[in-house]
Amino acid sequence: MNRDLIVNLVIFALLVAVALGAHVAGQGFTVTLATKAAILGLAGVGLNLALGYGGLVSFGHAAFFGIGGYVTGIFASHAANGDPILTLPFTLMGSNEMLGIWPMAMLAAALAALLIGALSLRTSGVYFIMVTLAFAQMIYYFAISWPRYGGEDGLSFYVRNSFPGLNTFDPIQYFAICAGLLALALLFTAVVTQSRFGLALQATRQNEQRSTAVGIRATPVRLTAFVLSAMITALAGALYADLNRFVSPSMFSWHMSGEIMVFVILGGVGRLCGPVAGAAVFILLEHLLGPVSDHWQALLGLMLLAIVLFAPGGLIGLTLKALRRTEHG
Amino acid sequence: MQMRLKTLLLSAAAALSLAAAPAIADGVKVGLITTLSGGGAGIGADVRDGFMLALKNAGDAGKQVEVVLEDDQQKPDVAVQIADKMIQSDNVDVLTGIIWSNLAMAVVPAATGQGKFYLSSNAAPSALAGSGCNPLYFSVSYQNDNLHEAAGAYASEKGVKKMFIMAPNYPAGQDSLAGFKRFYTGEVVAEVYTQVGQTDFAAEIAQIRASGAEEVFFFQPGGMGIAFLKQYAESGVDIPLIGPGFSLSEDILPAVGDAAIGIKNTSHWSTDLDNPANKAFVEGFRADFGRFPSLYAAQAYDTANLLLSAMAKASPSDPEAFRAALAAAEFDSVRGKFGFGPNQHPIQDIYVLEVEKRDGELTNKIIGTAMTDRGDAYAEQCQM
Amino acid sequence: MLLAEQVLNGLQYGMMLFLMAAGLTLVFGVMGLINLAHGSLYMIGAFACATVAAWTGSFWLGLAASLAAAAAAGALVEMAVIRRLYPRDHLDQVLATFALILVFSEGTRWIFGDFPLYLKLPPALSGAVTLPGGLQYPLFRLVIIAVGAAVALGLWLLITRTRLGIRIRAGEADREMIGALGVDIARLYTIVFALGAALAGLAGALVGSIQSVQVGMGEPVLILAFVVIVIGGIGSIKGALVGALLVGMTDTLGKAVIPGLFARFMEASDANTSGSAVASMLIYILMAAVLLVRPQGLFGARA
Repeated sequence: MNRDLIVNLVIFALLVAVALGAHVAGQGFTVTLATKAAILGLAGVGLNLALGYGGLVSFGHAAFFGIGGYVTGIFASHAANGDPILTLPFTLMGSNEMLGIWPMAMLAAALAALLIGALSLRTSGVYFIMVTLAFAQMIYYFAISWPRYGGEDGLSFYVRNSFPGLNTFDPIQYFAICAGLLALALLFTAVVTQSRFGLALQATRQNEQRSTAVGIRATPVRLTAFVLSAMITALAGALYADLNRFVSPSMFSWHMSGEIMVFVILGGVGRLCGPVAGAAVFILLEHLLGPVSDHWQALLGLMLLAIVLFAPGGLIGLTLKALRRTEHG
Repeated sequence: MQMRLKTLLLSAAAALSLAAAPAIADGVKVGLITTLSGGGAGIGADVRDGFMLALKNAGDAGKQVEVVLEDDQQKPDVAVQIADKMIQSDNVDVLTGIIWSNLAMAVVPAATGQGKFYLSSNAAPSALAGSGCNPLYFSVSYQNDNLHEAAGAYASEKGVKKMFIMAPNYPAGQDSLAGFKRFYTGEVVAEVYTQVGQTDFAAEIAQIRASGAEEVFFFQPGGMGIAFLKQYAESGVDIPLIGPGFSLSEDILPAVGDAAIGIKNTSHWSTDLDNPANKAFVEGFRADFGRFPSLYAAQAYDTANLLLSAMAKASPSDPEAFRAALAAAEFDSVRGKFGFGPNQHPIQDIYVLEVEKRDGELTNKIIGTAMTDRGDAYAEQCQM
Repeated sequence: MLLAEQVLNGLQYGMMLFLMAAGLTLVFGVMGLINLAHGSLYMIGAFACATVAAWTGSFWLGLAASLAAAAAAGALVEMAVIRRLYPRDHLDQVLATFALILVFSEGTRWIFGDFPLYLKLPPALSGAVTLPGGLQYPLFRLVIIAVGAAVALGLWLLITRTRLGIRIRAGEADREMIGALGVDIARLYTIVFALGAALAGLAGALVGSIQSVQVGMGEPVLILAFVVIVIGGIGSIKGALVGALLVGMTDTLGKAVIPGLFARFMEASDANTSGSAVASMLIYILMAAVLLVRPQGLFGARA
């Protein structure tokens, strides 16, 4: 087996082991933390597809995370009060079945990503970063001031949506759902990045001129990657909404976009399990530093800084380097 | 060490319960979730300090309350996750401390849904007062619309014929203007919504100048209020302002400075409210923390005292009895008289205050009463 | 009359944005660096001004302190952190400066406490003046317009007429070349970064005196400043000026006009809320529209 694969498996196994261990020890909240890591990791896996493999630095993925969350919240709240979501052009009723909600969440995000991507991909570099940010901000301000679904107060839906055969309110069973989807998304990413499409995408990132010369049209490839990436992040948003039984415009905020990006970079850009490792470490730090000091965010900032400056490949890059050194040394 | 301390407390409580006839709560664990980092940390500090001061002043009874304090970072998802943690891992009996409506909307249903009491020390959105009311949820502060309603009532009574009204464009802001209009009988010449987080108000001030209004009602909490008041003072517009107490509370007055002196605002509490409980509170707070308490601190102080009064009669492990003990509200409120309505929101007087300088520091003084025994507009929709 | 006042407001808001965006675009133009922590330097300027003004009672000393403190913080950060980021891609720059925001925000709260600080205008700048045509207008807002214009002129002179400016332009064009010519690039970059920081600090002190001096005050401003420089073309001072004025006008006039327009075809209170919602999205729509036509911004050289 190659070393990357081992590292990826170890990261995923660790996450599952923490959740199972905590479950056995009766630490319900630690299971919830592991669930949060799986969900935010999934959001990062989505961004990584665009950012890591396609070189598309999106500073607006909170838009898709929030759309996934809001679709879930809207379906669940309509299921509770029995009103249809839409009557025109067709009647759309609420639902509290996760299996029905997820495709809707991903579809909504795909449409948004198609529009945002088509416009943003006309630019590149810093402009792309800022344009994606601007689109997310636009949606954020809309969500705050649109009263229909609670505006800034957000939307509570009291009970988690249901999944056939499982009790979603039980922390470990909900973890199983999230970890299962995370595993699927990782598998999907692994397959896609090795496919012809994935190779084309990576070629456009490494050298646009050369990839054009061999007949790859960069924009459609990038747009496809951007949309797929948004769909995965939206799925994470849907799971996050169910984790909290609540959605709010803060899911759209630029802090959220920044955090998702931090997960990716912290773990290691373009590494399959990088975002998972990044999210897990971020949550661990947040949890450990919180009780140490009211000013824990400063400590967190210093640690992030140290990683960017001294470990440019992220945590996974650092680990691989250390492994290589022990082998040779 | 913590274990041993707890055992000690438990045995102390047991000894007390032998002395007094009714079952006394044997140590209650409270989850205090409030904002302790970022721009809203000043209000969070007031909530924490007010709550802790009440426990300290209560002596031995206060020692039976174990407080788990956590920072919500003013983020709703963080707040609800902390609430889950406090309920599932720390086994708290009661939650409190949330400042912002959007966080309360996330946390309160999560807490009551898992069978825990939530005592609101500030935010009280209309959704939780009407059809979303819950036997386990008490607002010890107000209902969100109250102070705005009082401002409307005051403007009507004063005979102001033309008002310009403005608030940020989010649910609390929309409720604010709706609340004001509910009791204002004159003409609203303009109704303006500003952007949440807006810091420059030149465009709105120009509209105020051109509006022909006799007075201006504004709801701009926190930094937005500081910015608006400073810019208004510089603008040369001299149309008088009225605001709800949040826009002129003691946590922001020092930053606004003398520009705030003389501005009228409405509140259910003031530093100069004349009753023994309030004197003890204000003096104790100033002695311990070196600043005037804000209404947020006062509400947190009352919340802690309400909790203590209920603990003297029942235990949260008997929710029915504990709820009845809370609903009785038999404690010395810093607001003087205080009671709960059918939806477990306060019935209280709301006063008109004016900003003044006292002992070199800015604070408010009472100049009249805007509403007497005011409940709220949503109680009828509440079915428990 | 109201319209004239709103146009003036748009102008002064634009100048305010220009003050914030000038340093950001200067740093990007010379070093190719995205600095998310620009808003933190703005905050440092405001806090330094408020603190020194409270100690000494003089706003002017506070203003000097804000320039000094922000420039010092900028130079320090450049030498400790930013310097290592020039060869990296934008992604690392975004993450590192995002981390700096956390450090600066909490550090400031740690030093200055939880509550907003008091900062007041000096008497010489406060109050309103009557303009020709009888319009009453706050003196301070006129001062902001003047300072913004002065900074724009000053930067133009600096870049076109001074030795430092020649080096800056040379550095923009060809880094290796000016190194080969014996210019100390490291020192040049530190100076430029400190200059950008000082501009942010100046904006913080001036704007802070009519807004709220509190932790996190830099963040909404930062996003707006980015919108401004993206519209104008990143790295271009002229672009920042034009972009700032466009954004200032669009935002101010949008807020003044749109709710009224909406009221023509919907109920008054709905028109107010949805009209303001659209008005708050307007500058982002403007930005998207500009980039559709000119992906490199109005005056941008590199895309």
